[in-house]
Amino acid sequence: MLLSVKGLHKSFGDLEVLKGIDVEIEKGSVLAIIGPSGSGKTTLLRCLNALEMPNSGTFEFHDGFSLDFDKKLSKKELLTLRRKSGMVFQSYNLFPHKTALENVMEGPVIVQKKNKDQVRQSALNLFEKVGLADKVDLYPHQLSGGQQQRVGIARALAIEPELMLFDEPTSALDPELVGEVLQVIRDLAKEGWTIAIVTHELKFAEQVADQVLFFDGGHIIEQGPPLEILKNPKEQRTKQFLNRILNPS
Amino acid sequence: MAKMFLNNMIIATAGGVSDWDNILSSLWPMIQGGIQYTIPLTLFSFVFGLILALLTALARLSSSRILIGSARVYVSAIRGTPLLVQLFIIFFGLPNIGIVLDPFPSAIIAFSLNVGAYSSEIIRASILSIPKGQWEAGYAIGMTSRQALTRIILPQASRVSIPPLSNTFISLVKDTSLASLILVTELFRKAQEIAARTYNFLELYVTAAILYWIICFILSIIQDRIEKRLDRYIAK
Repeated sequence: MLLSVKGLHKSFGDLEVLKGIDVEIEKGSVLAIIGPSGSGKTTLLRCLNALEMPNSGTFEFHDGFSLDFDKKLSKKELLTLRRKSGMVFQSYNLFPHKTALENVMEGPVIVQKKNKDQVRQSALNLFEKVGLADKVDLYPHQLSGGQQQRVGIARALAIEPELMLFDEPTSALDPELVGEVLQVIRDLAKEGWTIAIVTHELKFAEQVADQVLFFDGGHIIEQGPPLEILKNPKEQRTKQFLNRILNPS
Repeated sequence: MAKMFLNNMIIATAGGVSDWDNILSSLWPMIQGGIQYTIPLTLFSFVFGLILALLTALARLSSSRILIGSARVYVSAIRGTPLLVQLFIIFFGLPNIGIVLDPFPSAIIAFSLNVGAYSSEIIRASILSIPKGQWEAGYAIGMTSRQALTRIILPQASRVSIPPLSNTFISLVKDTSLASLILVTELFRKAQEIAARTYNFLELYVTAAILYWIICFILSIIQDRIEKRLDRYIAK
């Protein structure tokens, strides 16, 4: 078990978005989080690296690092948590004033204080991996959405996280660019990266995920292997959701 | 205006060689005043002012009530009172409570405080104009707030703030002429001194105006260069 989350609560003002979530993420597994918009699934993902600070709950990592959100986190705890995971955003959020290569090198060089030459070499390898070896010196605005998102993935991988978080990584893309990004994520899954992904790509979830988690109204409605959840759901709300997605009227 | 100037020039020329010489020979003292006082006064005030402005902007954006409050009072007081009055308080007023400052440092203090207040609003607005996702992307690769601010946010905010800050800078060049009223022998003070002797008010003041114009013109060229340099990462 890489990470075990217990009793996660999160409210924005009076609005309770996460109502006591328990999740376990197996090392080397892919967890797909699906659910209607506004259900809190993105909030759940953003809580995993405290971009949203949970109101209460506990995290326990396999290496013994643990957090209790009932107490205020120290700066050190917060940074330790964030440096365990890499995040890929729906809107890429690349640094527009830096080239693709600089975007990827920023974390290892500035945050992890690694040797610049070595970082450059491993960054170039990452560009190879995401299929952008010829684009390293371009600025984000010179890249297509799919290319930008692949740089975003390389940037997250560069800090060598234990857990990769994907927040609807293909939702902002033109349909014809979705495939290239999903392919990169598929490769990462094959290489054994631990991945948590919020997605609307049900087919992708079915093929790549080890666990699918259906989320609605701040609760986990059901959870299990993709075939069970996507093909043979037990809960009425899951059925309705799948029905809406598969048969849009 | 131009016609009057020409007429006066003719009169000056007609009046004899000495008037014309007066104007020519006044040029160098005025340029000297510019180099010795106007330009240093502008540069020092702008640099100190920008540091003050950044600190004030960060105070306004902090979560401390005391910092936010004091920054607001400072900005409001400076923006709500005339620069000339501030200058007079520092130079003529402070001696009454035993603080006696020379004209030049008095002017630097007054102008820095002024630039600090006006530019803090510019810097605050440009920091706020950078999307929240940029902070988050910095945090997500493990950055501290300070790293995200200096590596990610400020470089982008500085690009946004160059045009309005250049306006402040150019206004400052011209505002330094107010220092003549507290006896700083800068460009305009030199013009006043010579004019008082020779009575060539129009010629001298127009010459002063042209000198200010030249300085500001050069500055706007530099501004243009900087903007182009910083624009390289923006889609055209």
